[in-house]
Amino acid sequence: VKDLLQLRINGQDHEIAVPSHYTLLETLRYGVGLTGSKQGCDKGDCGACTVWLEGLPTLACITPVFEALGREVRTVEGLAGFRTAPGVPHPLQDAFDVCGAAQCGFCTPGILMSAAALLESNPSASRQEIKEALSGNLCRCTGYTKIIDAVELAGRTLATHRSAPADPRAPDLP
Amino acid sequence: MSDASTPPPAPRKRESVIGTRQRKVDGLAKSTGRALYTDDISLPGMLHGKILRSPHPHAHILGIDTSAAEALPGVFGVVTGAEMPTPYGIIVWTPDEQALATERVRYIGDGVAAVAAADEETANQAVELIRVEYEILEPIFDPEEAIRRTDVQIHEPSRQGRNGNISKIVELEFGDLQAGFSDSAVVVNGEYFFEGTTHTPIEPHCAIGFWEEGGVPNGRLTVWSSTQVPHYLHRELARVLELDPAKVRVVQPPVGGGFGGKSEPFDLEFCVARLAIKTGRPVKILYTREEVFYAHRGRHPFHMSYRIGATAEGRLEAVEARTILDGGAYSSFGLVTTYYSGQLLTAPYHIPAYRFHSTRAFTNKPACGPKRGHGSVQPRFAFEVTLDRLAERLGVDPIELRRRNFMGERTRTVNELRVTSNGFLECLDAVERASGWKERHRNLPFGQGLGVAGSCYISGTNYPIYPNEMPQSAVQLQVDRSGRVAVFSGASDIGQGSDSLVAYIVCEELGVPLDYVRVLSSDTDFTPVDLGAYSSRVTFMLGNACVDAARKLARTVKAAVGEQWETDPERVLLADGFAMDAADTSRRIRIAEAFQLTEARFGTLGSVGSYNTPKDVHGEYRGATIGASPAYSFTAHVAEVEVDADTGFVEVRRIWIAHDCGRALNPAIVEGQMEGSAYMGFAEALMEEHIFKDEAHGRAGLHNAPSLLDYRIPTSLDTPELVSLIVESIDPEGPYGAKEAGEGPLHPSIPAIANAIYNAVGVRMDALPFSPPRVWAALQRKAMEGEERVAAD
Repeated sequence: VKDLLQLRINGQDHEIAVPSHYTLLETLRYGVGLTGSKQGCDKGDCGACTVWLEGLPTLACITPVFEALGREVRTVEGLAGFRTAPGVPHPLQDAFDVCGAAQCGFCTPGILMSAAALLESNPSASRQEIKEALSGNLCRCTGYTKIIDAVELAGRTLATHRSAPADPRAPDLP
Repeated sequence: MSDASTPPPAPRKRESVIGTRQRKVDGLAKSTGRALYTDDISLPGMLHGKILRSPHPHAHILGIDTSAAEALPGVFGVVTGAEMPTPYGIIVWTPDEQALATERVRYIGDGVAAVAAADEETANQAVELIRVEYEILEPIFDPEEAIRRTDVQIHEPSRQGRNGNISKIVELEFGDLQAGFSDSAVVVNGEYFFEGTTHTPIEPHCAIGFWEEGGVPNGRLTVWSSTQVPHYLHRELARVLELDPAKVRVVQPPVGGGFGGKSEPFDLEFCVARLAIKTGRPVKILYTREEVFYAHRGRHPFHMSYRIGATAEGRLEAVEARTILDGGAYSSFGLVTTYYSGQLLTAPYHIPAYRFHSTRAFTNKPACGPKRGHGSVQPRFAFEVTLDRLAERLGVDPIELRRRNFMGERTRTVNELRVTSNGFLECLDAVERASGWKERHRNLPFGQGLGVAGSCYISGTNYPIYPNEMPQSAVQLQVDRSGRVAVFSGASDIGQGSDSLVAYIVCEELGVPLDYVRVLSSDTDFTPVDLGAYSSRVTFMLGNACVDAARKLARTVKAAVGEQWETDPERVLLADGFAMDAADTSRRIRIAEAFQLTEARFGTLGSVGSYNTPKDVHGEYRGATIGASPAYSFTAHVAEVEVDADTGFVEVRRIWIAHDCGRALNPAIVEGQMEGSAYMGFAEALMEEHIFKDEAHGRAGLHNAPSLLDYRIPTSLDTPELVSLIVESIDPEGPYGAKEAGEGPLHPSIPAIANAIYNAVGVRMDALPFSPPRVWAALQRKAMEGEERVAAD
């Protein structure tokens, strides 16, 4: 049995028919075709599926799609252009690239959504605050070091230029 | 001829891209969500597959009735092992697995049948409808019991009189062990247990099968898979499915983490292929997280005994090791693991006499295989802790003890492995300095401590998994008149950055900007063969292959431009997007123009390059080739811990990681590998246990905790501060001097933490993981017995 749902995702209205038992993650991935949000465990343990619901980081794999009705959903695909000109990567996305914060990249979309929410409220977050904000997102590649570096760098960028691209070489990162 | 007498490398040419921090070619695709992993791919009409798994750890299959599943609406096909019975195995000498079990299951989770249905729910329902009749057999879970017993046989003995529970025995001796021990002023013993751990990539395994019938492709199979070894998968798919390899294509999309856990074929790849052939529709299977735990192939549990003899000054005289490896149900890479458990211990220290005896046993648990630092992380833990005991006994500083035993560079190990560059002393210096070792070691208050450990690892295995003389790695370059260069690379980028590596090399050698390079990798229809992302082989082998291809192409371009300018081609520089005259760099043309000129002069531009290993880097004894590598990396760690003596809780505050990677082609990526490695070692030291229930705690053989909540891996809050200290020894044969960085830096984390715990509270942690109950118990025992060591559990 499918239901016809109205969802607002990344600032766009969608009308989608999906099985009524679908989670928000299944709806995004299989119903809308937004595959940026990942399924790592399907149990709310790993954080790879993290999206925003009304600006709050939310585990899409354990959120029934009905929870998202009438609420603003934002995914990694909607991060570019959110604080930047259309299509321009969010400073976090750029900083992840500059710092080498994405290795396999599978946890990256979820981590970006958790980190972006943190920087919305606190662009000058300390390393400890960043660690706390990311503690629900498992990364298996990086040891988190470069991720924390990237969030710090993006915070500085957001605080100063809001949208200026980071230096691609960035030789002296902390 | 490369030998210990190889002359030192020529002075370094100055590079402009190599050695600098660069973006990765796929960095933004990954951070914007555009990168398509296997499960992100959807094909028209695609079905969803599901595998039925054995609920018994050991049983005969008497019959499988799939009729009810086939009758379920929405089910398009069901497959059993009878349709693909050919045994396979990643090691060609030990093919003991089947795509789906036909006669016997050997662990809870062994696949027995698979279905393809319109959606996942129907597929789940359908597997429940398959009836399998089992005859339950007695399982064995303990490797020592498996070795002892002959009444229960997990595999058929390979020949009469053998025990089918024994996977592999390796016994090798080098030098005069007896003399070594009798000349020793001091002999130190240790018993150790390394618990099994698993890779836990965040991406579960996924595969899609696609079959084309009719027309020109007639009978062509494509499999997309989250594999680390597209080439080996290609071979095994063709063999098991009895297809012409020319009609099989394996595509590896971006992989969401491997760490060795995706480096052999798995049941899902055969099942999607067979089901696609059977149904005529594309079929996808995505493992659940539970299935990833059961697929395993992770770190073997090792029981280890070590005996080390040394002079009064602490110089090693003899080392003896006995090891039992718990292999689980199948061979996997086990033959190699058994060799590696001893062969890779013989550097960076000079060991005059060495014997090891390793036995790998089968047990009715998921098969163990290669996890980052394959087979050598466990003995390194045991050995480096034993060295710490030796230092303690002799009253020698543990870093100084390691220095005294340094083997040197351009030498051979006692087991005749050729060592070229060796920056181990610089690694020791770096961690000693950075950690403030001299001032702080033994001067910290009770509960705080520092520990050191060293290690060595291969930069690729010298021989492929199936014997052949062909190159281990290759790339092809194609050039467009716009100045754009395409790299066709067989290598598997699993996040370590191999696609970026080839792009950097092309930029360096051809002078094109990074955004003028496109990389197409790991598609067996279009890219040359590379053996895969395992054994830390990629930077060294792919890098050399790409340098080869790029320099050939550069020579052609320089020849054409030199001819045009009526100057020596050697004077033509390709850099910064231009071809220029080295003697007068204002004389220049854009690189696109240089390519056009070259194309007009010599015809269509392209180039191939390949790398094969030198064959004179090991001894002649049986097994000598296993552990042989064209180069070795070296690492030293110092770990700083704080131990709460009341609770046994260990906090690792910081790990200083010094790693000799030869040359850091992109320091950011090298640091990322060092940090990720140290993190993974830390995780094994303190948290991870891949264990199975016994009858007292549930169903025997059932995985204890197949979820990311219960199998605890570190979060950002758990992970210590990781300080990367790159050491560059410039290897004479590595690309620009580079060696590996992806696995070596894992090894010392665990013994460095164990040694730091001893330094902090005076208990020897000889069994992993160093969890609060274990540390607390050790502290209690010490308080009660007044002893300073705890035997392995």
